[in-house]
Amino acid sequence: MSEGVSSLIPRLRAICGDEHVITQHDQLRTYASDGLLQYAVTPGVVVLPGSGAEVRDVVRTCHEASVPWVARGSGSGLSGGALPVEDGVLIGLSRLRRVVEVDLDNQRVVVEPGVTNVEVSAAVGPGHFYPPDPSSQIVCSIGGNVAENSGGAHCFKYGFTTNYVTGLEVVLADGEVVQVGGKELDRPGYDLLGALVGSEGTLAVVTKITLRVVPSPEHVETMVAFFEHTTDAGKVVSEIVSAGITPAAIEMMDGLAITASEQMAHAGYPLDAGACLLIELDGPQEECRTRLDEVFELCERHGGRDLRVAQDEAERQLLWKTRKAAFPAAARISPHYFVQDGVIPRTQLPEVLQRIDDLAAEYDMKVANVFHAGDGNLHPLVCYSGPEDAARAEELSARILEACVELGGSLTGEHGIGVDKKAHMPKMFGEPDLQAFQKLRCAFDPAGLVNPGKLMPTPRLCGEVPGPYREHPLERAGVAERF
Amino acid sequence: MAVTAARTVVPESGDDAAHTLRAAADAGEHVRIRGGGTRSGWGNVTPAPDVVLATSGLHRIVEHNEGDLTAVLEAGVPLRAALEQFADAGQMLALDPPSAPEATIGGLFATGDSGPLRHRYGAARDLIVGITVALPDGTVAKAGGKVIKNVAGYDLSKLLTGAFGTLGAIVQVAVRLHPRPPETLTARGICDDAGRLHAACSALAHRPLEAESLDVAWSSGRGAVMARFGGATARRGADAAAAALREQGCEADVVEDDADLWERQRGHQRSKDQCVVKVSALPADLPRVLAAADAESATVVGRGALGLSWITLAGGAEAIERLRAAIAPAACVVADAPEDVRSAVDPWHTDTAEPLVLLRRIKERFDPSGTCNAGLYVGGI
Repeated sequence: MSEGVSSLIPRLRAICGDEHVITQHDQLRTYASDGLLQYAVTPGVVVLPGSGAEVRDVVRTCHEASVPWVARGSGSGLSGGALPVEDGVLIGLSRLRRVVEVDLDNQRVVVEPGVTNVEVSAAVGPGHFYPPDPSSQIVCSIGGNVAENSGGAHCFKYGFTTNYVTGLEVVLADGEVVQVGGKELDRPGYDLLGALVGSEGTLAVVTKITLRVVPSPEHVETMVAFFEHTTDAGKVVSEIVSAGITPAAIEMMDGLAITASEQMAHAGYPLDAGACLLIELDGPQEECRTRLDEVFELCERHGGRDLRVAQDEAERQLLWKTRKAAFPAAARISPHYFVQDGVIPRTQLPEVLQRIDDLAAEYDMKVANVFHAGDGNLHPLVCYSGPEDAARAEELSARILEACVELGGSLTGEHGIGVDKKAHMPKMFGEPDLQAFQKLRCAFDPAGLVNPGKLMPTPRLCGEVPGPYREHPLERAGVAERF
Repeated sequence: MAVTAARTVVPESGDDAAHTLRAAADAGEHVRIRGGGTRSGWGNVTPAPDVVLATSGLHRIVEHNEGDLTAVLEAGVPLRAALEQFADAGQMLALDPPSAPEATIGGLFATGDSGPLRHRYGAARDLIVGITVALPDGTVAKAGGKVIKNVAGYDLSKLLTGAFGTLGAIVQVAVRLHPRPPETLTARGICDDAGRLHAACSALAHRPLEAESLDVAWSSGRGAVMARFGGATARRGADAAAAALREQGCEADVVEDDADLWERQRGHQRSKDQCVVKVSALPADLPRVLAAADAESATVVGRGALGLSWITLAGGAEAIERLRAAIAPAACVVADAPEDVRSAVDPWHTDTAEPLVLLRRIKERFDPSGTCNAGLYVGGI
């Protein structure tokens, strides 16, 4: 532990209490990784504040001592966004778990960052729900969702975390607490909510979150269809969207992913299928049924077989279980795997799948494909046998991302850049783009203490605000004074 | 308001625009960025700029990816031209603020203006997926991309949307499109009691009806709730909504040919000679907002489930201040208003704004010399 960090410990204990400041090496190692286990850094110290005021005091203490810090929610992120800093403080937010207010008149809920995603819907149900639903929703925290702008299977219709956050209580890098947004929409000024949501914890830490919730749909229909090849399934996806149908979710898995998941979920998925589509329609009952008939016809036209509609909620959950089991189930077909998170314009689905097939053949490795097909978000699982071929698997994984960017897509749809993809940022963004990102970061964190080493490809310093002072036109007109 | 300046520059590329801004920054000049000029009377009254940067040379619809439901548009593209092209493919950019033929995409995103479709599809900030911006340091920066799901890098698209050109000049935007409902129907409930109107609106807002729009209108103690439905089951939705409105004590009907009704509704967000105040309140505040409007003999249109209202006032600065006091702490931003009124009040109602310390720090990083639309924005930024 560095001297800078060790000198803070008495102060941190005074703020959070002895039992909430972790300094033992074996206990610190619990926090060394988030959900991306390929990266591990043991933090200098872990603090577990119990209130927003304690978070504020911890941040202020770090600021005064120029010690870097990283905020962590449930630690389920998949890009190393919550990877600690060795000579820094890790601020765990898992004790901030209160649902502060449920205001259904105004369709708002106010929560602390450690509340899990699924607890938000539980707090406003059954009449309302909170739509963003990452697969990890049982454990992932809302604070982490805000940091990563989390999506999920239902965001094709409903949107992402950023479309639902209306207010944040934020502790800035110097320990100042500010309220951004609120229950109301459109506070005057720059869209700070837009800047903060998805900033991967690099601008500030949130201590309270106000979310918009929506009425639960009147009716839900969930179906699966199986195909010989992913290309056929891809055509169905394109035609559904072209027909003006907006399903709540359209998920695709290829043959390898079906085989792995079925072994775990036992939902009766045929093991000889090359692809499957899981499609969910929600809304007014009549609309759902009409659309379901149209989707059925499209599936059949493109060679869909074993079409199956969930007859009740239990069967619906079973169909989903197979999809949600896909990541952990991959362990049944391979001892190790990398999860990727590329995005492509939906119409490029056949092209990118062909490229992934070609790359898998070139590297002689298995790649299982699971994706949110409606919005072109791919999760290829690159399988490898052990440390001896990890580097090649990583290279293959990187080439899949390159293909996504070449086809007009993105490096990440929902997992974030973190440490995992920061080296790839120049594939998508030029130097002027990165400089513009840095301007925003410096506006919030000029000293570079907030979750350093994430998101940007290389470390950058902020420096002073450039440019000479010039008289403002309102000063010139005698309307305002500089203060 | 006519913007006059020593000279007008019409860049034809992002690089041109960035060069113009950089040259002005180096010379200590102030630049006003101008699209169609249809919202140039919003914000603080500022001295005449040295340079006007007109976006009329940036007029290409760069991409319309029908299969992906996305488009890439230069800032100077007239909104109507873009909407017509999308409509030919059965699609729409789901932004419908009242707009004159000359209104541009750049102006729409720079001001973040919106209309009744916001109820279902969100605001400009929710529909933008990528941006290219010319900055006063002479660079052209982009953020986001052209796919609807993307978390790579900071979301500068949202930061620039609604920033009134004070951080740089929007050169190009990438947007998400939606299927355009081939036909629409509107359930309308009329009543003369503000409390009942709110109850009726709230009843619809809390049902899973999937309306395209849910608006209220109010004037002189009488008003209406309007819920618009599209698509194959529009009739069913409108009938259900009309029944719900009747249950709440409104006189209800279903309007089949509803285009004019919504055109009028949108039109009330603008005024040539009166003051229009945009109110950011909570949905449950509606009775208070309507009472405050009645006290000023004002008319109101608004998004019932979102708490946003546009109040058109006959009075000037004093009426605005009374309105602000009556519905405090809601933000009441003055949009259209005569120049003398905008000089006499703070149009942005800065007391209710986002933390000024952050707004200023962002401005200083992006536009340290105060070149872009100086003084126009919140807190005199």
